[in-house]
Amino acid sequence: MSDSTAVGHVPEAHHTTTGISHNKMLMWAFLASDCMFFGSLIWVYMVYRGRSLEGPYTQEILNIPYTSVSAAVLLLSSLAMVLALHGIQHGDMRRFRVWLGATAALGALFLGGQYFEFTEFYHHGLTLEQNLFGTTFFVLTGFHGTHVGIGIIWLVTLILMSLFGRLTPANAERVEVAGLYWHFVDIVWIVIFTLVYLIPY
Amino acid sequence: MVESALKLERARYERSALVEWLTTVDHKKIGILYFWTSLAFLLIGGLLALLIRTQLIVPDNTFLGPQAYNEVFTMHGTIMIFLVVMPLNAAFFNFFVPLMIGARDVAFPRLNAFSYWAFLFGSLLLLSSFLFGAAPDGGWFGYANLTSSRLYSPGLNIDFWVMGLQVLGVATLASALNFFVTIVNMRAPGMSLMRMPVFVWMTLVTAVLILLAFPSLTVGLVMIMFDRYFGTNFFNPAAGGDPVIWQHLFWIFGHPEVYILILPPMGMISEILPTFSRKPLFGYTFVVFAGIVIAFLSFGVWAHHMFAVGLGPVPNAVFATTTMLIAIPTGVKIFNWLGTLWGGAIEMKTALLFAASFIAMFTIGGISGVMHASVPIDYWQTDSYFVVAHFHYVLFGGSLLAIFAAIYYWFPKMFGRMLDERLGKLHFWLTLIGFNLTFFPMHFLGVDGMPRRIYMYSAGMGWDLWNLVASIGAYLLGASTLLLFVNMLKTLRKPADAPADPWDGRTLEWSIPSPPPAHNFDVVPVVRGRDAFWIEKYGAEEVIGPAPERHGAEAGHNPQNPHNPGPGEGAGHDQAASHGAEHHGDSRIHLPPPSWFPLTTGAGLTLMGIGMVMHASDTLGSLGFPVVGLGIAMVVVSLLGWTFEPIHEEGHA
Ligand code: HEM
Ligand SMILES: [Cu+2]
Repeated sequence: MSDSTAVGHVPEAHHTTTGISHNKMLMWAFLASDCMFFGSLIWVYMVYRGRSLEGPYTQEILNIPYTSVSAAVLLLSSLAMVLALHGIQHGDMRRFRVWLGATAALGALFLGGQYFEFTEFYHHGLTLEQNLFGTTFFVLTGFHGTHVGIGIIWLVTLILMSLFGRLTPANAERVEVAGLYWHFVDIVWIVIFTLVYLIPY
Repeated sequence: MVESALKLERARYERSALVEWLTTVDHKKIGILYFWTSLAFLLIGGLLALLIRTQLIVPDNTFLGPQAYNEVFTMHGTIMIFLVVMPLNAAFFNFFVPLMIGARDVAFPRLNAFSYWAFLFGSLLLLSSFLFGAAPDGGWFGYANLTSSRLYSPGLNIDFWVMGLQVLGVATLASALNFFVTIVNMRAPGMSLMRMPVFVWMTLVTAVLILLAFPSLTVGLVMIMFDRYFGTNFFNPAAGGDPVIWQHLFWIFGHPEVYILILPPMGMISEILPTFSRKPLFGYTFVVFAGIVIAFLSFGVWAHHMFAVGLGPVPNAVFATTTMLIAIPTGVKIFNWLGTLWGGAIEMKTALLFAASFIAMFTIGGISGVMHASVPIDYWQTDSYFVVAHFHYVLFGGSLLAIFAAIYYWFPKMFGRMLDERLGKLHFWLTLIGFNLTFFPMHFLGVDGMPRRIYMYSAGMGWDLWNLVASIGAYLLGASTLLLFVNMLKTLRKPADAPADPWDGRTLEWSIPSPPPAHNFDVVPVVRGRDAFWIEKYGAEEVIGPAPERHGAEAGHNPQNPHNPGPGEGAGHDQAASHGAEHHGDSRIHLPPPSWFPLTTGAGLTLMGIGMVMHASDTLGSLGFPVVGLGIAMVVVSLLGWTFEPIHEEGHA
């Protein structure tokens, strides 16, 4: 979704009323909307918190140290994202690719961790159907994981495009926009992690 | 010349007309697609309404059984809201917002095309339920856990509803993103926010409402889907789930939704009333800010749909207060429209008649709205025909009448032909009479205790007379709506000879030929004030005056004054000339090339929905998830093609 057009011969980023490119404006508007999406999911989670009629209950099953590590992995990926953007903005495509690759890899590590966590919970009898906790937990964190997954595909696409010469320092803003998305997904995880894992029951 | 340069540039994309429509990314063509598609759905939705009224015309009628009745009223509501009023608004956003802000297209033309295709396919998915005898039957509000449990709704009915609405939701969100960016970012030089036409303002506010309200519906529908497909417990009381959560999610979306339906029509009449009163809009700033305040408040009133649920006295009192507050900015707007008409040099064109009747009918609906903002009164009125009367006065008497006004007003710009005024006025009077005959008696029925959503009532309840009247009114309304179609079809067979500026308009769309060329503006206009085109024509001071001679002699003297040629006088050329730009020859105008990917992405998305419905069926269940996978693959491949498709000549990707 990256066609800024109308006055087609003008490169992106220029000639907009606000001076902010269409792509970036689109991303900000999308993130506002996505806030409401996660807001609704989180709200439902909080309403049903502690209202499961049968176990396994939240405090029996959550492994806070484990998830803290995977949260740290995701936070680190945001740092890598910043470095990747810095790379392309300074015309250093190699540095860009390395750090964007690292971002995607850390994201994938987080997803792997989530997969492991889900299977672990499953073996302890927590399923989508088991109780309200299972229902709300898997759907909330699952949608967050889906966001991470889409982000990874996006980052990999950007790397591939740069390899084929379709992404150059002139389009660094594309990476910035992808970065906005990535950081947002990260921040959402901080909220989820705090509300679901850290706040005691 | 611009034309030939464009032709050259587009030559390699020239294919058959069908392919051109399927791959178009031109906002005007997409607007026209939205226009005809949603008008076709208006006929379907209207037909369902007539079925409802036929069933209720006499007591103890057996024309429709209870199941058919549930399907008919559910589909009627869902169609009218999601397939008619919203996309008709979108038709006008698409065609006119870029023209009114002096842009050559929207910010994301392919995303725009995607919105249309996803809307079309999502609608067809929803409508196809009729073919399988499984039309949705849970009401447009789809209350859980009736809808979330396969125990209570075993058929595919609700699955069609959930999947259709999800696809439509994606289409709507994409379109809202697009128009948000377009309006914020693509205004012509000089078009500051407070110089934007009110219709553009209301489009912007509506886009924000959609962005913030639709996710709540999406999440609710996801939960219903998970409950139905994966055995989750969101709305399952046996596991502690609470169906009232659905009502919150739905109405947090649902109340902003009613403003998504009404704000654009309010914008339309804020264009039409000044044009035909030959005065600027009275209190522009107030109208704009009232729209913003309404949008803001609309997120704080949702529980007025749930007064009878038992949330308790405190929430009820709070939501009653906020609901009453929303009547204030609404009232402000009504007075501004009256002030616009007041003392104006009014031209009784069909568009004006519809716009003026909007004010009256919408006010009636607003008043009944404030009535059930009061909790004790609502206990009496809720779930009765009184509420049905209320929302038809705001949705038909409001949204649809304004949309009819907009059709008469803008048809010449869209299709280059003036609709027949005599037929138009007949359409207007029959509509006004039919509408009030149908819906006013519903106030009486409601107060007399007739519940909504019942398929039959017994004789002797005292409801016979008004039901009969309402049904007769509905037939009249149906006939009058056909007149609109007759008028449009008749007009389309006439030669395209509408002048560029038939109404002596005020906004930029009237400064270019009817219909506009593919690139809209030869030269991007420079905006010197509110009512930009009017200022170009008459200067800033002269804001009110007698209508200039339509074929006036003075037209020749003043190059700033377009002489509004009558039919047959070579529309449009004079406009271009008055801008001194007919042969401007800006060969650097590049239009985005057509693309198949919006269509295939929309189809892939819908395929995912189809797969989910199939999964729930007895016969095709095992094919369901493979089809979902196919849909996902189609979306991914399409998006990749979309990303790598060259969109600029020079290869700026
Ligand atoms: C002055 C402004 C308004 C007020 C105070 C108001 C108030 C209300 C209230 C309290 C209800 C709930 C009645 C019940 O179910 O017991 C209601 C229902 C409804 N209103 Fe309004 N309303 C206003 C304007 C509008 C507008 C502008 C629209 C749409 C364009 C609208 C559309 C609806 C619809 C569709 C329903 C019924 C929903 C359903 O149960 O299916 N209202 N209104
Ligand atoms: Cu409401």
